[in-house]
Amino acid sequence: MTDSAPDTLVTDDMIERKGVWGSERVSPPIAESDIRKWAIAVYWPETPPAIFWDPEYAAGTRWGGIIAPPDFNPFAWPIVTPKDKAAKAEKPKEKPKRKLRGMNGGQVETYGVPMRPGDVITMRNRLRDWEERETRLGLTLFSYSEMEWHNQDGELVKRRVSTAILY
Amino acid sequence: MTINVYFEDVNVGDTIPAWSRKTDFMHWNRYAAVNDEFIPIHMDDEAGRAALNEQGAFGMGNLRYAYIVNALQDWMGDEGQIREIGCQFRAINQKNDVLTVTGTVTEKLVEDGEHRIKLDIDVVNQNGDPTCPGHAIVTVPARS
Repeated sequence: MTDSAPDTLVTDDMIERKGVWGSERVSPPIAESDIRKWAIAVYWPETPPAIFWDPEYAAGTRWGGIIAPPDFNPFAWPIVTPKDKAAKAEKPKEKPKRKLRGMNGGQVETYGVPMRPGDVITMRNRLRDWEERETRLGLTLFSYSEMEWHNQDGELVKRRVSTAILY
Repeated sequence: MTINVYFEDVNVGDTIPAWSRKTDFMHWNRYAAVNDEFIPIHMDDEAGRAALNEQGAFGMGNLRYAYIVNALQDWMGDEGQIREIGCQFRAINQKNDVLTVTGTVTEKLVEDGEHRIKLDIDVVNQNGDPTCPGHAIVTVPARS
């Protein structure tokens, strides 16, 4: 059987998931040392700004204490249990209409309140929308995913809309 | 408290101070350690070549994004806040590349009670190639 060009790259699974928020993930409480190590890594080999590691200095700023850089990831290093692995392995996957190649089409992140030590962040994701058109790569799907983070007080920390290009 | 930039002192066309890093495994491995991003293409030259990058392992897009955050943070100081960053990853961060974040002010506005500055941003390599063009919106304090 030949790999004939389909009329659309949109799958039934995508149509079902469009606009629907998936299950939430909750981060462990953010530790001051998590923020300090993050700042050291992203500023390496220079010393990061004191707002990320010096409580005394940070207390005198508008923030009143240490905050995390906006790109800080509180979901790094999750505990993955054997049960989680089994559930992932069992999840059925819909086959694409043909073998697709993908590219990261970029992202837009908007920021609300900053993350602080002790915060617990809840994340949710959804497939927001897509568009499909002919490009020099042939039939191309631009898929837009949305991710939101809220803190324990329900305040928006971050919203990311990312574009995946599939062809 | 560090106030580097007041709204009134910024003009359209101003550029932010260039923010540079020469990147290699020392940077990438540290970032992998904090972001739990142990992906072979960023750690192993063979894996990088298998992914069709002749020069071997290459840097993380997330770290390049962090450099944009850092450049804006260092320019604004601690009383400012990043409200939005959008960018596209256009080129690979090769080992020993010197990446420089650039930014040019495109608009100033007062919106929702905040003094906001819009910028065009990019991360260029040592050859001047744009690797991450995009935009940013930050808020900074006003004198009045």
